[in-house]
Amino acid sequence: MRWIEAAALLTLLVPASAPMSAVGQTAPPTTQPVLPAQSTAAPSVPPAPAQPAQPKFVVVLDAAHGGSDSGAHLRPDLQEKDVTLTLTTRLRSTLQAHGIAVVTTRQSDAGIPALNRAETANHAQAAACLVIHATATGSGVHLYASSLSPAPAVRLQPWQTAQAAWITQSLKLESEIDAALAHAQIPITLGRASVQPMDNLACPAIAIEVAPLVGGHVTTARDVSDADYQKSVVDALVAALDAWRSDWK
Amino acid sequence: MISRAHKILFMVMLLACVIMATFLIRLRNRAQDRLQAQGVEAPASIAVAPGIPPRTVTLYVPNDLDGSLTAVERSLALPADDNAQARVLLESLIEAFHATGSTHPMSIASGVNEVYFLPVPKSQSQSGDPGQLAVVDLSGALAAAQPSGIEPETLTLLSIMATLHANLPNITEVHFLVDGQPHETLAGHADLTRTYLASEANPEPSPPESPAQ
Repeated sequence: MRWIEAAALLTLLVPASAPMSAVGQTAPPTTQPVLPAQSTAAPSVPPAPAQPAQPKFVVVLDAAHGGSDSGAHLRPDLQEKDVTLTLTTRLRSTLQAHGIAVVTTRQSDAGIPALNRAETANHAQAAACLVIHATATGSGVHLYASSLSPAPAVRLQPWQTAQAAWITQSLKLESEIDAALAHAQIPITLGRASVQPMDNLACPAIAIEVAPLVGGHVTTARDVSDADYQKSVVDALVAALDAWRSDWK
Repeated sequence: MISRAHKILFMVMLLACVIMATFLIRLRNRAQDRLQAQGVEAPASIAVAPGIPPRTVTLYVPNDLDGSLTAVERSLALPADDNAQARVLLESLIEAFHATGSTHPMSIASGVNEVYFLPVPKSQSQSGDPGQLAVVDLSGALAAAQPSGIEPETLTLLSIMATLHANLPNITEVHFLVDGQPHETLAGHADLTRTYLASEANPEPSPPESPAQ
């Protein structure tokens, strides 16, 4: 039975820099130049050093809930799963218009398990992973980083706490989004929370929960489904990710 | 063909069942009357010995608008037993959620089945008492009444942890059940599969840590 335990352990570990789907598969081709055997015998022009491949700036968008998991009932006729999908679709279009590559975990009203969402995100080796939620409670936008304690990066991260090695980067991303939302005069609540699949993500990850806008001195009351309100949130997120593009490495 | 003896035996057993059922129902009614006469509402309620002076306790009440926890002092007569104390504290907290004008509204005023305590295993690098793990068994009715969302659910958990830790400082870890069973989330968001450190419920919202490169 030992081999079964070893195999189970392997499936629960996430390589720090390799995609999850690489576990148990053949290793990807190496980028190191391979010198011919006779190169040491005769002097020759050394090959030009290979340029280190620039990591691509990819953003993962996870529209929470879907299928039979409707999420919060924001109104009798409005479910969280629909709002998150609308927001994600808008955000994806605007990011792509800004030349940012986007990977989404859900593009329709389908129930996707948290494990599959995390696998998709980790496979993308993303520069930012945004988990999109909506609620009827509170005001403005709630930003949550994982409540895991920061941990040093190791080659194989435990699946349950993969995010621990990325907490510092996640908090940097959170402050970038915080600044952009503040600039758009949207009230922000910052916090730490334990929400699936955040703790399994091997990328800078933030849960973004959009709440209705409560009217105040500088804000007008807006429903979470209000198109103008959603646009101002999307624009602020795009501005934050644009800034993150130059800061994330 | 059923014999006459079998028929008589069946009738006698049926009669005995009816008599026993009547007797049990009467016994239950008598016990209920006795409890009501003593002023105890239901067997599930917490008995506080008469004459115990009220103690000032701190409840951490959430505010959904800014995501903060506010310390509110209350005077409560607490039972001697730690488990019962924890239940009284949490029931008072949920009453505060339910109160008119609450900053974290909830439609029910009660929702803790039981609080159990377990010693936290001591790790090799640890010196001193590692404290206790509180296992909070929430009712299914509370989980159903909990507004759904990361913020409202997280605030409910944090306020429970902060209230327990403030009044029973020996509690260092908290785990949640719903109706005695492990539950994935409180109402679709906050993870209940993990054990929380009581220190995570910092009443002051903490600013983001400065990035260390």
